[in-house]
Amino acid sequence: MKSLLNYGMSLLKENPVFGLYLGLCSSLAITTNLNNAVGMGISVLLVLTVSNIVISLIRKITPNEIRIPVYIVVIATLVKAVELLIKAYAPAIDAALGVFIPLIVVNCIILGRAEAFASKNGVVASALDGLNMGLSYTLSIIALSLIRQLLATGALNMINPFNDAVIFDIAIIPAEFTIPMFSSPIGAFLTFALLAAGVAAINNRDQKKVKGA
Amino acid sequence: MEGFFTLFISAILINNIVLTKFLGMCPIMGVSRKTSSALGMGAAVVFVIFGASVFTYGLYYSVLKPLSLEYMDLITFILVIAAFVQFVEMVMKKFTPALYKALGIFLPLITTNCVVLYVTLVNITNGYSFMEMVVYSIAVPVGFTLVLYIFSTIRERLDNAPVPEAFKGNPIALIVMAIMAAIFTAFAGLV
Repeated sequence: MKSLLNYGMSLLKENPVFGLYLGLCSSLAITTNLNNAVGMGISVLLVLTVSNIVISLIRKITPNEIRIPVYIVVIATLVKAVELLIKAYAPAIDAALGVFIPLIVVNCIILGRAEAFASKNGVVASALDGLNMGLSYTLSIIALSLIRQLLATGALNMINPFNDAVIFDIAIIPAEFTIPMFSSPIGAFLTFALLAAGVAAINNRDQKKVKGA
Repeated sequence: MEGFFTLFISAILINNIVLTKFLGMCPIMGVSRKTSSALGMGAAVVFVIFGASVFTYGLYYSVLKPLSLEYMDLITFILVIAAFVQFVEMVMKKFTPALYKALGIFLPLITTNCVVLYVTLVNITNGYSFMEMVVYSIAVPVGFTLVLYIFSTIRERLDNAPVPEAFKGNPIALIVMAIMAAIFTAFAGLV
């Protein structure tokens, strides 16, 4: 239980989205509902883990001068594969996310981890790092989308993207009390700013504790 | 002609790339501390997006499509963009060293600016004609520069404002973005 709590705290402190502001574009754009966030999160998790593994495998034969183009080609290939898979098996996600799936290529988290971690570490460690970072990205955008969808529509729902079956659909806030603004860009910026400030506040408090002790 | 004008205005104001699609947030957060570097960055982005769009558009319709290699678009485009940015960097270094120095690190970082990849991809998926592609790939970066410039003027003042500790830095900047997005929705009735 304690290790789980520690993991939760490290998710907050080293959070790639709210702490380091990586992958801002997609986390603001596609978090209007839970389905999109889960779809995007899993796609990024997949690309990040596999790209970390591949880049770690080729780290010894990659010339230092052209490593960034090499990484970008590896990432672009993986993203295209994921895009084609999504088009084939989950057309609903493809329709909802659209151009944001190919834009995973320029998601700073992936190139950032390739450069900062996978290019210097072994395969297993890189795979774990990819899983870890991908998971905290996914959880962050799920948190954003939960708030935005709940406030904007008053309901939370999940649809299985492979066969369009409804997994759950709960109405929480009555329709007359919803704030439709939260599904618009304004709501995206506001929700993100408030969550990021919350994470900053927790981190500041912890730092003060360390200083006081 | 009217169609081009509508496309131009709507890409700058109504469907502003930063405020409605959230693309290019990284440079907006990073470069917006000074008004002068914001303008320099904007100019470089306009040039790169225009050049890369013409290149990828030609490449897609003259090479990839006839050979039915459409699935290679992503890999081709990102390589063209990276090569183009590198090329611009070299030309600038040789012929306009002053401008090159002023832009510094921001120049190579344009490769990972999602606006560039977005515009090249949308040119294809929206099936734009050549002229529409030219108008669109000038209008989008102009809209980006507009927001970047306005945002940098606000941010220079924000540095001296009393802000709650947790909101210091990026969170308050995002609140400013939210207000700007709200203001830009007023343009929706324009076209």
